[in-house]
Amino acid sequence: MNWEVVIGLEIHAQLATKSKIFSGASTAYGAEPNTQACAVDLGLPGVLPVLNKEAVRMAARFGLAIGANVARRSVFARKNYFYPDLPKGYQISQMALPIVEAGRLEIELEDGSSKIIGITRAHLEEDAGKSMHGDFHGMTGVDLNRAGTPLLEIVSEPDMRSAKEAVAYMKKIHSLVQYLEICDGNMQEGSFRCDANVSVRPVGQEEYGTRAELKNINSFRFVEKAIDIEVERQIDLIEAGGKVVQETRLYDSDKNETRSMRSKEEANDYRYFPDPDLLPVVIEESFLTEVKSTLPELPDEKRQRFVQELFLSNYDAGVLTASRELADYFELVTEVAGGEAKLAANWVAGDLMGALNKAGQEIAESPVSAEMLGGMIKRIQDNTISGKIAKEVFDAMWQGEGDADTVIAARGLKQITDTSAIEPIIDNIIANNPGQVEQYRSGKDKLFGFFVGQVMKATQGKANPQQVNELLRQKLSG
Amino acid sequence: MSLGKEDIEKIAHLARLGINDADVPGYVRNLSDILGLVEQMSAVETSGVTPMAHPLDARQRLRADEVTEINQREQLQANAPQVEAGLFLVPQVIE
Amino acid sequence: MHNKSIAELSQGLASGDFSSIELTRAYLERIETHNAGLNALISVTAEEAMAAAQLADQTRQAGNAGPLTGVPLVYKDIFCTDGVKTSCGSKILDNFIAPYDATVVAKCKTAGMPMLGKANMDEFAMGSSNETSFYGPVKNPWDTETVPGGSSGGSAALVAARLTPIATGTDTGGSIRQPAALCGITGLKPTYGRVSRYGMVAFASSLDQAGPMARSAEDAAWLLNVMAGFDEHDSTSVEREVPDYTAHLNTDLQGLKIGLPKEYFGEGLDAEVGRVVDAAIRQYQQMGAELMEISLPNSHLSVPTYYVVAPAECSSNLSRFDGVRFGYRCEDPQDLEDLYKRSRGEGFGAEVKRRIMIGTYALSAGYYDAYYLKAQQLRQLISDDFKRAFEKVDVIMGPTAPDVAFKLGAKASDPVSMYLSDIYTIATNLAGLPGMSIPAGFVAGNKGDMPVGLQIIGNYFDESRLLNVAHQFQLSTNWHQRVPEGFE
Repeated sequence: MNWEVVIGLEIHAQLATKSKIFSGASTAYGAEPNTQACAVDLGLPGVLPVLNKEAVRMAARFGLAIGANVARRSVFARKNYFYPDLPKGYQISQMALPIVEAGRLEIELEDGSSKIIGITRAHLEEDAGKSMHGDFHGMTGVDLNRAGTPLLEIVSEPDMRSAKEAVAYMKKIHSLVQYLEICDGNMQEGSFRCDANVSVRPVGQEEYGTRAELKNINSFRFVEKAIDIEVERQIDLIEAGGKVVQETRLYDSDKNETRSMRSKEEANDYRYFPDPDLLPVVIEESFLTEVKSTLPELPDEKRQRFVQELFLSNYDAGVLTASRELADYFELVTEVAGGEAKLAANWVAGDLMGALNKAGQEIAESPVSAEMLGGMIKRIQDNTISGKIAKEVFDAMWQGEGDADTVIAARGLKQITDTSAIEPIIDNIIANNPGQVEQYRSGKDKLFGFFVGQVMKATQGKANPQQVNELLRQKLSG
Repeated sequence: MSLGKEDIEKIAHLARLGINDADVPGYVRNLSDILGLVEQMSAVETSGVTPMAHPLDARQRLRADEVTEINQREQLQANAPQVEAGLFLVPQVIE
Repeated sequence: MHNKSIAELSQGLASGDFSSIELTRAYLERIETHNAGLNALISVTAEEAMAAAQLADQTRQAGNAGPLTGVPLVYKDIFCTDGVKTSCGSKILDNFIAPYDATVVAKCKTAGMPMLGKANMDEFAMGSSNETSFYGPVKNPWDTETVPGGSSGGSAALVAARLTPIATGTDTGGSIRQPAALCGITGLKPTYGRVSRYGMVAFASSLDQAGPMARSAEDAAWLLNVMAGFDEHDSTSVEREVPDYTAHLNTDLQGLKIGLPKEYFGEGLDAEVGRVVDAAIRQYQQMGAELMEISLPNSHLSVPTYYVVAPAECSSNLSRFDGVRFGYRCEDPQDLEDLYKRSRGEGFGAEVKRRIMIGTYALSAGYYDAYYLKAQQLRQLISDDFKRAFEKVDVIMGPTAPDVAFKLGAKASDPVSMYLSDIYTIATNLAGLPGMSIPAGFVAGNKGDMPVGLQIIGNYFDESRLLNVAHQFQLSTNWHQRVPEGFE
């Protein structure tokens, strides 16, 4: 039987506010346990929540960016359950009336095609704390620093049909939230987390199969692996006559398997109801207009502009807009290089990204700054160096030898463009290779390259190739 | 509406309330009485009536995104039953 | 000194007739002598009181005194008080020392009011007799074999017995007004949102409201001046200017339109109580007010609606008492579930458990629409009744409670009959309206006269008018000046 895979993702993006969603405690990562958990975060008797405006603004930014309906009225609800990292015994979330509804996002697939993924909703909620299973005499320690950190939970439609599509979608959201400056995207620190709802159905069947929810998968690679292995498990199970149970499963990356989480499963009855401590969030048209006016250029818009105005290939434009940092880097290189967009694109997408990949570094960590790279391209453009010499300059910059001009001067890489300097060298070569001159003049055109090579060798590659060509042609023709 | 022993046990579990077996019949009786009182609601036709969640028709006020709280761990944990290394301790949580 | 009004105390302090230290000590001595028989206080904070009194005297000497600087008070033990036990009448918070002040407490502190102690109350404010307190029942000073009402029974008894000049209370379904009626004092539940809820241990967030419990409307106005106002820590507090509530006390009542809901004078109202309330209303007529019969047709649904909304909210509000970060933790928990179940099972009393269970049930899957959603719709209808009424009348009057104080234990085993004690007060909470109870007269009880309360309900944010209407009555009657025997 042929199976179709159906995937929907729930992404939790921590919003990059300074303070928590309902309290004035800091959201900074990595503090000593419980030093950033104030009375409100601890759910002390009598405390009350007050909503952070920035969290609302960030949710609105996201909603506008995905062409969604930003609700003029949204309502916070309580999700009731007991857990040690949930101080109040309920999580303040949004249920019936979320702040963002019905958006869409276009993803690009490996074969170059694209696909629209529906985004059902995105709602604001508070994060829980963390449980530490260390050696506290067999007990669990609870750190509530993270409790109350604002989250935007982004729920997709079950529109993805493969793990690769799921990853493409997740990457696109990851890039988008960083473009919007609403989330730092740091997956190691848990700022960007993902649950995947996975089911399979025979090809052609209309109704969905029973889904399993894979919890908290914290890297792109693991999302792909976790989904693939879960799909395999479900297909094997069904083909062996079994049935998929609706449940929450945890992905174990060491064993590359998913397994059932019993503890969270027992009779979840969250008893949602509107939080009486909070009033409906009303968003005025003027607020939305203001938010809209501060929206940055979004990845798709940027890509289009790169293609239409900078004449980059669709592929290069896609690569360069994959993250806002990379796109910003590229644009700065272009600017410094005096508008040489195509050359800049080649260098950024080619040599620079190659070097970064090899070193396992992010664009922000690049030893070659955008100013340095742009400066180097400018020297190619003004014929100070050739493209070939530029590779040497780039390597030297990467090694920390300074900017392009410093490297060119220190290594004496300046191109020779003075005809009177090149002419004697050519004369000399012609004089020393009478046999080759003879053959060339009798019609063996291919030997022209030999002479170019000799000149370059003699000038250590610094002679301007165009001038060399011209002069050689003149002199060899006799 | 009357509740049975199993209902009481199920509700008590959801609410994480330990109830002595001996007290269950009392809760069965009391809670059934209360639900009997509440049952009067169902006699009223309310289709089309907007549910009222708050007494005042107001909107949520938004606070500026500012860090206003300082570390008060020592003071705030003074009431905690068991603390170690700044963490609240609970019996082992099994995932 | 203990029979002086707030205005008299304020004047005495201002003119130097006595100091706050003297005044505060006098009240602490009265507490020492009389509280044991009433059990009205959970904590007596003598040291804090004397330190605050000293500070108040210094403030006065420095010329920075306000009208209430140096006037002591008692807080219901539901208000968090920094560094002082805040039990909410529950075993689960018996060891809880609040690490911060409730906004109301902070405001009173700023006004220079020393705290005498924390008043006994029904556990988590759930009760109408003060019998659900972990610290034992409060006795009604008019007859110590009867209940003082609840949940702010401690506050009411203390004010009635002159053990404090004034006290704070909270009212979720009648918890200020009903004990005020049963103890013969003046209590005001302001409009929802008028007084900050921050630092008040929450029972039912959409209903809870704090207010003054006093010997007179004038006294209540003074304390409300301090308590009321917007609080940026409470999203449900209203950004609206606070008037001087003493400013309009003396306006005459000529032409005041009083609405008398026929539903408040029917079956269930004790005949004697009814007669006293009728007489009080006739008094208003003599003072120039106009009486109009009105109808609040959904009144009978108040109690059922309330017993869905309040328990639903409480079931969630009380989830934080889990033995993890504060409060009671059971001995030697075997595992996490055991920790939760025994800490909560042992820490909460029976009435609190009943309400948590009712609320849990009403919110659970499959029942939400039939209970919680339905109750919210009825809440709308009940609220609409009042809106229509206030198009025609200025205030609404009726009995506060259907009967005078009942015997201790009389309703303890029958929650539903206890719930009906609040039959006339609950609707105002559901609608969010302000309501008062003032002493209307007395009926003969077993041991002597027992006080009867007249309830006055006003339109939203019309506290000034309520206080005016109450004060005018108190100018022409002396019911509010009667002191229970043994406490003169």
